[in-house]
Amino acid sequence: MFEAFSYITLQHYWWIIVSLLGAILVFLMFVQGGQTLIYTIGKTNDERTILVNLLGRKWEFTFTTLVTFGGAFFASFPLFYSTSFGGAYWVWIVILFAFIIQAVSYEYRSKAGNFLGKRTYETFLLLNGILAPLLIGTAVATFFTGSQFSVNFMNITRLTGDKMPIISEWTGPAHGLEAALSLHNLALGLAVLFLSRVLALLYFMNRIKHAEMMERVKKQLIINAIPFVFFFITFVIWTLLSSGFAVNPETKEVFMQPYKYLHNLIQMPIVAVMFVLGVALVLIGIIRPLTCFEKCSTKGIWGAGIGTILTVLALFLLAGFNNTAYYPSTFDLQSSLTIQNSSSSQYTLTAMSYVSLLVPFVIAYIWIAWRAIDTKKIDIEELESETHVY
Amino acid sequence: MEHIDFSLVDWSRAQFALTAMYHWLFVPLTLGLSFIVAFMETLYVRTGNPEWKRITKFWMTIFGINFAIGVATGIILEFEFGTNWSNYSWFVGDIFGAPLAIEGIMAFFLESTFIAVMFFGWNKVNKKFHLLSTWLVAIGSNLSALWILVANAWMQNPVGMRFNPDTARNEMVNFWEVLFSPVAINKFLHTISSGYVLASIFVIGISAWYLLKNREHLFAKRSIIVAATFGLVTTAFVVLTGDGSARNMAKYQPMKFASMENLYVGVQNAPLVAIGILKEDAKEASHKKQDFRFEIEIPNMLSYMAFLDPNAYVPGIKDLVHGNPERQILSYKEKSELGKIAITSLAEYKNAKKAGNDRLANAAKIRFEENYKYFGYGYYAGRDIHELIPSVPTTFYSFRIMVGLGVHFGLLFLVVLLLTLKDKIAKKRFILYTMLWTIPLAYIASELGWVVAEVGRQPWVIQDILPTIAAVSQLKPASVQITFWMFFLIFTALLIAEIKIMTKQIKKGPDEDKSAADTASANN
Repeated sequence: MFEAFSYITLQHYWWIIVSLLGAILVFLMFVQGGQTLIYTIGKTNDERTILVNLLGRKWEFTFTTLVTFGGAFFASFPLFYSTSFGGAYWVWIVILFAFIIQAVSYEYRSKAGNFLGKRTYETFLLLNGILAPLLIGTAVATFFTGSQFSVNFMNITRLTGDKMPIISEWTGPAHGLEAALSLHNLALGLAVLFLSRVLALLYFMNRIKHAEMMERVKKQLIINAIPFVFFFITFVIWTLLSSGFAVNPETKEVFMQPYKYLHNLIQMPIVAVMFVLGVALVLIGIIRPLTCFEKCSTKGIWGAGIGTILTVLALFLLAGFNNTAYYPSTFDLQSSLTIQNSSSSQYTLTAMSYVSLLVPFVIAYIWIAWRAIDTKKIDIEELESETHVY
Repeated sequence: MEHIDFSLVDWSRAQFALTAMYHWLFVPLTLGLSFIVAFMETLYVRTGNPEWKRITKFWMTIFGINFAIGVATGIILEFEFGTNWSNYSWFVGDIFGAPLAIEGIMAFFLESTFIAVMFFGWNKVNKKFHLLSTWLVAIGSNLSALWILVANAWMQNPVGMRFNPDTARNEMVNFWEVLFSPVAINKFLHTISSGYVLASIFVIGISAWYLLKNREHLFAKRSIIVAATFGLVTTAFVVLTGDGSARNMAKYQPMKFASMENLYVGVQNAPLVAIGILKEDAKEASHKKQDFRFEIEIPNMLSYMAFLDPNAYVPGIKDLVHGNPERQILSYKEKSELGKIAITSLAEYKNAKKAGNDRLANAAKIRFEENYKYFGYGYYAGRDIHELIPSVPTTFYSFRIMVGLGVHFGLLFLVVLLLTLKDKIAKKRFILYTMLWTIPLAYIASELGWVVAEVGRQPWVIQDILPTIAAVSQLKPASVQITFWMFFLIFTALLIAEIKIMTKQIKKGPDEDKSAADTASANN
């Protein structure tokens, strides 16, 4: 069936899949947000144990989503993988490092003989919790603000001279870390960081049975929602008012177009609806538990979670669709990556599209498995009866 | 002027080797232990005997400790293809990316979803659902191995693709050819079964320790029976698939094969050097087959091993480097000239295309396609051709130690299984010590297998098509050095933590309170 799709349709289809994975990843980063709140919400050892275990049963999904996001991006848009990972080296390495230290921390934190000590593993969780959302947010912001690199396929034919036969060359001064120096990028990074904390608090509301902790959660929800909204609005307005990286559909030439992303929003009404609906759901998800805690506290994570996915998906589509360069180069505009010039071949995209049919099954079994083990809210008694505790 | 930054290439290789070798310290145990635990839990569900549950849960705890760090090192490997081998990522990303994505969608989610049920579901889901989850974790881990090994095998024997000069990359033309290439199937089976052997050695080794300490007799014996049986069967499989790997190597990577055998001058009826010690000062120029200090040969065996024919001709390193017209082997110098034609024709094609000169472009394209199979050699035109020879001593010794240890493992499983079935194992202290001390040997054998595979194929990232010097990312060597040491420190710290936690868990032993089987163990 996918054979009947045109190349450009497949490229769009895969951009949607990659965007969706990215959007789910941002939602699942509530695990990271939660890691930064362990000592804020948990005042006693028991309370912290509850939090760590609650997050510890979900961290692998965030991790796996990140790995799958990377794999899918590689398979469908290899030029991005090549250019961004090899070029913005340091920003990706720091992100990866933050995930190495997370992967062991849950399992090793409370185990006897863990070498580095409980506090070290908790610090690892904190570092991962801050760096991952902040830097992933910052890196995604460069989809709108651009980076400094050049791409030239001819480079692989270099046999002499003083340069290596490498296609992509990064010209940014700090191999990616320079992205974090731009306030525009940082605004998104900080928005994602505070969003992940907000989502974590909503997740705690959904899963914890503990009156005192709930009081702290409610208070923190307000404290974190305000900077989230501030940074998010800053980023959105800044982006919509900036010039964007447009592609001439005939000549494939990349040029700067004023208000490009605003135009994209207007020209793609479905994306606009998705965006507005997403933002509204996130806000409702935050406000409702505060106004009707008794009834609505468990539902906030669903509203805000689905809202996050819709909003991030809309942002990715704004960056990649409607003749836009999604990974622009400010050093050499014509090196900018578009979903057309950076994608895999039609054959590979077709083959991969069949694999994508597995995704609904994956979601179904995740759902079944979660339902099976998350039957009731968590408290310290439940943990005491548990045989595998972090 | 030298345009290749060898310091960059070497550090990038070092970083990848470091990550891969650390990752491989944890993966084989995960691959094998996941199945061993699944067997044990199956026995529990079938018999309802709580001792089996206790056994299952103990090994599951060990599995969890090991799994976490495997995940931590694995994510780095995936992203290092991009961060450190960016040219590679574009040059073959159209083929190589797909298995990585499929691995995520098909295998990693299966693993991570059901691992949660496996650990947290004991009191929440029924026995059958729990057992199913444990099996799905085992299947998930092994499926993830399938896809990454398919990807690795494809690098050793690139099939199912075509170079597209317009996009300057290789593009997949046949997915099934990539997936079902004989190299891929063999590599997958050989690697996972070696993981099963390692996990079996691990389980019998730890069980032996309990017997030496006169603890947990029933637990230890039952663990040994499951693991030694599994180990024995899978060792046979490792031998069988290892043989297949050697044949594939002889066919598709003759240089790797020759260097693994220290075979400099090609011969018919080639003997296999079962045991040998190389002369250190041997240089390729003066090198002959007799450059051993000491050797034990099996006549005709190498020819048979490589081509299933005792009379077959096996080319040596000299034949491959300097060519052998009699055998229609081109020299590396000739190949590098042809490769250079391919590379320059590609440039001409692109320039002609740009200028709109179709006639010139077509001519260049034809020239390019004729010579594409030597593309990678082109980067060595005018260079010292000896850069194309991998380290002979490394591959030669690694291979022999691996095989020797493999034989030891097979015999050990057999002896241990017989002694346990006759209920004599607890008294054979020498055997018990051997079992315990074989654990590190299993890790050595496993790592050396990868050394043969990966050092032996140097300098090729993609066999004959892309060498490391044209695959790296454009970075400052200092950056890669810093990240190398960063990874080295964190991996080492985590490895120490893992070993310490595991040792503590093992000393603590299986949970006491949860089982009524202690009395049974005392009676046994």
